[in-house]
Amino acid sequence: MALSSSLARLNACWRKKMRVDVAVIGGGPAGLAAAAEASKEASVVIIERNEELGGILQQCIHPGFGNFIFGEMLTGPEYATRFIEKVRAAGVDIMLETTVLEIENKKIIASGRNGIVEIEAKAIILATGCRERTRQQILIPGTRPAGIYTAGCAQRLINIDGVMPGRKVVILGSGDVGLIMARRFTLEGAEVEGVYEIMPKPGGLMRNVVQCLHDFDIPLHLRHTIIDIKGKKRVEGVVVAKVDENLKPIKGTERYVECDCVVLAVGLIPENEIAKKAGVEMDAITGGAIVDEGMETSVDGIFACGNAVHVHDLVDDVTIEAELAGKMAAKYVNGMEERKGLLKVKAGKNVRYVVPQMLRGKDIETIRFSFRVKKEMENARVVVKAGEEVIAERKERIVRPPEMVKILAEAKKIWEIRKEVMVEVEEV
Amino acid sequence: MKEMICIQCPVGCKLIIRKKGEEIYVEGNKCKRGKEYAINELRNPTRILTTTVFIEGGKGKHEMLPVKSDREIPKDLLEHAMKELAGVRVKAPVKCGDIVFKNIANTGVNIIATRDMEEK
Ligand SMILES: Cc1cc2nc3c(=O)[nH]c(=O)nc-3n(C[C@H](O)[C@H](O)[C@H](O)COP(=O)(O)OP(=O)(O)OC[C@H]3O[C@@H](n4cnc5c(N)ncnc54)[C@H](O)[C@@H]3O)c2cc1C
Ligand code: SF4
Repeated sequence: MALSSSLARLNACWRKKMRVDVAVIGGGPAGLAAAAEASKEASVVIIERNEELGGILQQCIHPGFGNFIFGEMLTGPEYATRFIEKVRAAGVDIMLETTVLEIENKKIIASGRNGIVEIEAKAIILATGCRERTRQQILIPGTRPAGIYTAGCAQRLINIDGVMPGRKVVILGSGDVGLIMARRFTLEGAEVEGVYEIMPKPGGLMRNVVQCLHDFDIPLHLRHTIIDIKGKKRVEGVVVAKVDENLKPIKGTERYVECDCVVLAVGLIPENEIAKKAGVEMDAITGGAIVDEGMETSVDGIFACGNAVHVHDLVDDVTIEAELAGKMAAKYVNGMEERKGLLKVKAGKNVRYVVPQMLRGKDIETIRFSFRVKKEMENARVVVKAGEEVIAERKERIVRPPEMVKILAEAKKIWEIRKEVMVEVEEV
Repeated sequence: MKEMICIQCPVGCKLIIRKKGEEIYVEGNKCKRGKEYAINELRNPTRILTTTVFIEGGKGKHEMLPVKSDREIPKDLLEHAMKELAGVRVKAPVKCGDIVFKNIANTGVNIIATRDMEEK
């Protein structure tokens, strides 16, 4: 008791303090791009809890990154390397193995190798990425044996630690992470018995369905789920079943599948514990922070970007969004931020959510709306309306829930009308 | 008859491919890129291989070094290439782009590192 309180006192006087214009929390692709951009006009620090920069990209060793920005299909580590070199060249201060615990009034409290650090920043950029849904969150009954992994955890084990989590694998969920792992396990000599997806359509990009499953003849079972996991110490098998329209298992369709490893690829949720504590307002649908057209949250001077705002399928979009956040944070710090008012942005027909969720009339000429559709639609017309007036529109041959859609609109037109903005998708 | 999905653009047409002698007939493609894709996939499908090899003395917690083939290799040779790489060990430091293994599966293609790995 006495010891711990004197330790606490010792800690308090050793508490390192620093000041900076812009503090970026998270050193993944979002944090890196934001930092590089902000450093053009301000002093910047990146705070990263891992021992190196790059975020999730360091374990995504497959190609598929940077097609839009660099015009080539880089692997995750290669894409990260380019941006790590950029922040180093820009002289950005980098704090590794330092975890941000909380933010109170622009003061960041972090715990690092040498104890607690206090960082006073004029602006903060949240780039904390996302985390995976776990078994508890999707409620699979059964025993709790070893051999059940989230896809990201299995990816880390194979690609960084060099450990194979299993030899006969069942994957639940057909999002990109699940598909990529099906191929990875197969290449490493494991047998992937199948990928089970509760929805009627695959959750990942089509190129991943083709190159990760079809290439290796891995079966994809749509409208199926795992209803039970068997095994005492180690997974011995699972029971799978078909589901009906309401996603309820259909009696009589149960099948036992032997396996020693279950991989859960059941979705990602933005990581926002510290944002919530800092009073940042959240979007119930994205699970991320509500932002304006310049990626500023409901709290003045706190910005957010990347998977902490909404889960992205392409890293190129993360980079574009993060550069904007970095640029606007530097403007804020230099007292150059402009505001014309407040307009809401709403998700209309066949749109699940839109980012940004609000507009403040900052000096940005073209506003980039990113959104996801609720259901697949061919020959679609994407429309941005201010009040009843159409201010931007575009045709898309096909829109699908796994692929984020983007549309640009002129800010001037919106502020002339000054009415609530709505993004809609209709069939033509 | 063979079915495949064209991944040349987001539409993702379902292609039905029939072979009559040397002639290849493609149905279901909404544009001519679909036919080219199908023919190429039938005659000579190739892929970039990405995987990992062991690294010794690397900084931090990394036991593995990510690598890729610097060009596409025939799809049928992926398994063979993985076997050749199974025992490969490299020593840190390594630079992104360094050659880790030459002439994989006798294709003339090299395997290169996809990140820097500093020494411990
Ligand atoms: C398996 C998988 C496959 C993918 N495949 C592709 C693909 O083929 N092509 C493509 O373009 N995109 C792909 N993506 C998407 C892309 O990689 C992500 O959208 C992108 O990495 C998100 O970047 P981020 O910086 O927002 O998050 P992250 O990369 O997750 O970075 C967040 C960082 O914040 C740090 N952090 C979090 N909390 C704290 C804290 N409290 N204190 C300090 N640091 C903290 C974390 O340690 C981490 O380094 C894939 C994603 C996954 C998971
Ligand atoms: S056939 Fe043409 S339209 Fe159809 S997916 Fe291929 S490239 Fe796209």
